[in-house]
Amino acid sequence: MAITAKMAPIQIKASLPSLPPDWSADKDFKAISSLSQPTNRSLEPVGPHFLAHARRKRHHRTFSEDERLEALRSTKKTEDEDAGEISEAEDPMLLQREAKDWKTQDHYAVLGLSKYRYKATEEQIKRAHRKKVLRHHPDKKAASGKDEGDQFFKCIQRATDILQDPVKRRQFDSVDEGAEKEPPNKKDVQKKPGNFYKLWAPVFEAEGRFSRSQPVPQLGNDKSTKQEVEEFYNFWYNFDSWRSFEYLDEEVPDDNENRDQKRHQERKNNNARKKRKVEDSQRLRVLVDDVMGQDERIKRFRHESSKQKNAKKVEREAAENRAKEEAAAKKAEAEKAAKDKEVAEKASREEGKKAKEAAKNAAKKNKRVVRGAVKDGNYFVGGEAGPKEIDTALNDADALILKWDNEELAVVTSRLNGKSDKGEIKAIFVEEVKKLVEAGKVKEGDMKSLAA
Amino acid sequence: MSAEEAIDEVQLPARTAIGISFGNSYSSIAYTSDGKAEVIANEEGDRQIPSILSYVSGEEFQGTQAKTQIIRNPRNTIAYFRDLLGKGFKDIDPTPCHASAHPVEHDGGKTVAFVVQEKAAEEESEKEAEKSTLSVSEVTTRHIRRLRQSASDYLGKDVTAAVVTIPSDYNDVNKAALTEAASNAGIEILQFIPEPVSALLGYDAKQSLTETSSSPSDKVVLVADLGGTRSDVAVVASRGGIYTTLATAHDYELGGSSLDKVLIEYAAKEFMKKNKKASDPRENERSLAKLTLEAEAVKKALSLGGSASFSIESLADGHDFSLSVNRTRFELLANKVLMSFTRLIEAAVQKADLDILDIDEVLLSGGTSHTPKIASNLQSHFPESTVVIAPSTSSTAINPSELTVRGAAIQASLINGFEVPEIRSSTEAVVTVTPHLHHAIGLVTGEGSNGFAVLVNAETPVPVRRTAQISVKAGGDVILRLAEGVRDIKVSKEEKPATNGNKHDDEDDEDDSDDEPEEVREKVWKAGKILAEAGLRGVKKGGKVEVQVNVAQDLGVTIVCREVGGKGGVRGVLDAGRAEANGSA
Ligand SMILES: Nc1ncnc2c1ncn2[C@@H]1O[C@H](COP(=O)(O)OP(=O)(O)O)[C@@H](O)[C@H]1O
Repeated sequence: MAITAKMAPIQIKASLPSLPPDWSADKDFKAISSLSQPTNRSLEPVGPHFLAHARRKRHHRTFSEDERLEALRSTKKTEDEDAGEISEAEDPMLLQREAKDWKTQDHYAVLGLSKYRYKATEEQIKRAHRKKVLRHHPDKKAASGKDEGDQFFKCIQRATDILQDPVKRRQFDSVDEGAEKEPPNKKDVQKKPGNFYKLWAPVFEAEGRFSRSQPVPQLGNDKSTKQEVEEFYNFWYNFDSWRSFEYLDEEVPDDNENRDQKRHQERKNNNARKKRKVEDSQRLRVLVDDVMGQDERIKRFRHESSKQKNAKKVEREAAENRAKEEAAAKKAEAEKAAKDKEVAEKASREEGKKAKEAAKNAAKKNKRVVRGAVKDGNYFVGGEAGPKEIDTALNDADALILKWDNEELAVVTSRLNGKSDKGEIKAIFVEEVKKLVEAGKVKEGDMKSLAA
Repeated sequence: MSAEEAIDEVQLPARTAIGISFGNSYSSIAYTSDGKAEVIANEEGDRQIPSILSYVSGEEFQGTQAKTQIIRNPRNTIAYFRDLLGKGFKDIDPTPCHASAHPVEHDGGKTVAFVVQEKAAEEESEKEAEKSTLSVSEVTTRHIRRLRQSASDYLGKDVTAAVVTIPSDYNDVNKAALTEAASNAGIEILQFIPEPVSALLGYDAKQSLTETSSSPSDKVVLVADLGGTRSDVAVVASRGGIYTTLATAHDYELGGSSLDKVLIEYAAKEFMKKNKKASDPRENERSLAKLTLEAEAVKKALSLGGSASFSIESLADGHDFSLSVNRTRFELLANKVLMSFTRLIEAAVQKADLDILDIDEVLLSGGTSHTPKIASNLQSHFPESTVVIAPSTSSTAINPSELTVRGAAIQASLINGFEVPEIRSSTEAVVTVTPHLHHAIGLVTGEGSNGFAVLVNAETPVPVRRTAQISVKAGGDVILRLAEGVRDIKVSKEEKPATNGNKHDDEDDEDDSDDEPEEVREKVWKAGKILAEAGLRGVKKGGKVEVQVNVAQDLGVTIVCREVGGKGGVRGVLDAGRAEANGSA
């Protein structure tokens, strides 16, 4: 039954990572760092498990006085000491107050919290109240013979009642003049460069208490960025305030007799609340306008941004000119190229025409040679050639000429040139037909006069 | 306890020690036999004995009988005196005593006393007998003497010693005053224990009787002691059955009587509506006393039933009064007060630097904890993982009025075997002040720094040893990375599952209408500073690895890793380093 007693092993459900292949350590263990600093706390000396602890700790030893003191000194405290934070002197005028005038009472001052106001925590209010109760409880005063009445005690109770109720507290905070910060006058702001920030920041900090969205952006200083400053003004121009004015309502008669009057008063109160709310937003708007008017940063940013704009304009124009020039150059180049091309094309077209003409003439000549060769070759027959044979041979020759392109025609012509032996001529023709047959351009036997 | 000590115990002079809960409104007494605490009823049959004394015609009454005297004989009835003990006149709050005897300055303002007509008037002489001035110390002595007598009568043995519960903010002067007052009543105080801690001990002791496992599991418990005139909250870390208070919060004006007041206001207004001619019963002391007594009874009845009734004879100007109140109406009227309990408890969580997700249990103690709405408000304020222990929310709950006294009785039986000086020296700072781990220690599971399994929780006192097992399905070479853990609260938005079509049968399914995405907060662990790495090679397929972490008093750490059932293993030591305790903050 000790702290170190065997507890059942904890079963861990997750899985372990596998050992990285390059991991190595002496005896497979790497010490990396020590435990973080512990906190010294006092164990509660109760229960069986503590007894075991105490026995171990005291076992065969006594503690020195130093150790005892050290132990006390080093313990983390759990009970808060009553730090005398709420020690405002009591204003004698305040102590004279009548409880019935609670509406005009400064509840924070009554509890001695005027330094804290809307910033006071619930705990501070509780403690402040307690302090005041201990001091002003009427039973105590009566018991000690100095009966001062219970008026101030009632003021205390009322203040606490309001400040401890979140709804009532907001209503009071809405109209708590003690928390207000008057805006500085322009002269003071302009006296010294830093004054603008020093004098305005507290005003906005105070106004910020009404903001539904928290935290509230700060006024900042002359190093704030443009974005920060813009955010600040955006925030304040779109301020979402919880401030309300029911605390200033006039009392509504609380009996059933005067129902009309009651309704009338309620309507009046409602209108007054609305009016005050509107006035408050206007007040804030004017306030923000004022600050913005005095804010050197705004002027600086405006200046910087117009400078920037000018620089941009110059740059833009230069860029435009450059682009124009480039476009013109490009256009000229393109035109030139087009012209050149045209000229070249014309030339080549003319040359082509000439060449074609020449080729045509050559082909004509060549055809004549071929046809002549057919005649020279005696129309490919041995004896006298009849009209029929002549016809066939010339037809075949024409057919052949059609099959050949100009180049082949030229080759055949060159072979036939100067040949007069009819056998030789026929052989050349037969050979050429054969080539054509092989090339698949002529069917075997198509050329009857030349069939071998 | 070892056999040796058990023998010592037998050899000690017979001493009968009980537990006493000395409350501002009620006191109770309990005794432990065979490890079971039992709350003792006094001769009137009360287990909750009003801490009130009253003097009527030379006779002293205590408890319930004295309480009824507040109506007839208020100035000779002394109530709510516990919180006045050991305090100077300027430091006391006389508010609760307003309806009974008023405290006066005594001993030059150093203490407080009551002036009452203690002795009966002489029959013959016309003039009243002289009044007596009873110091708070004397009143306390008389009250404790009565408690002692009741316990002795019940046990058939003379009770001479006790463990007494006190508020957690009691200082040494308060303790000395109580020690002296008790000693004058023939009770030697063996030990004081703070009320919230006592309540937790009382609860845990009862739980451990029914649990099979011998070792208590670690938990963080928020104990809310909601009494008659004040409320005290403590956040307690329980580590291996040892308690450490992390933070406390108090409200000296919030308690059962704040709830009574709500009913008094309501009843008074109803009374005046019914009897237009009658005067305001709150303006007349006797009427108010009647109303107050009845309001408390109605409030208690409403903790059990759905409705209860005021029934007062001749409340004011001879008019009788009866009024039925149902629980819903009461809860509506008392809403503001009821929410204050939740706020106080939330403040304690913040003071302890914790999140509501860190609270494993909320233990409600003190009479006011019977109020069902307080428990249900807490149940909805805390996450589902937090168990709220109160009669209306938990079947394991013990009567919250009895928790503290049970703890005291358990402690009395545990230390009854020791000599008083021995007990004293065990409760000194030099023994109790102990370094507590600032961060949890655990294993990094998974790759990177994600995945962290806690071996030793934060706020565990050292020395401490913990063992954990983890299975290695695939076998092979594994790495064990020991690190400090950082607890994080992860917040994510979750669209509410569409409930149209298949509506639940639950009646409390009314918040269907707001289909705002619900914020889901969860507690996640991340590995922080890596402390050590150990490689374990050749683990069998389907094998299990065991890690043992041993943190010494000086914060040195010994780590042993081995395969369960295997040979050898890896052992390493982390030096204490310059880890110095950082206390007083
Ligand atoms: N069943 C109950 N329901 C509601 N309140 C109760 C119940 N029982 C007791 N109480 C209230 O609990 C308060 C007393 O609590 P207790 O812990 O005994 O007080 P203290 O610590 O002040 O002596 C009283 O206000 C009493 O009315």
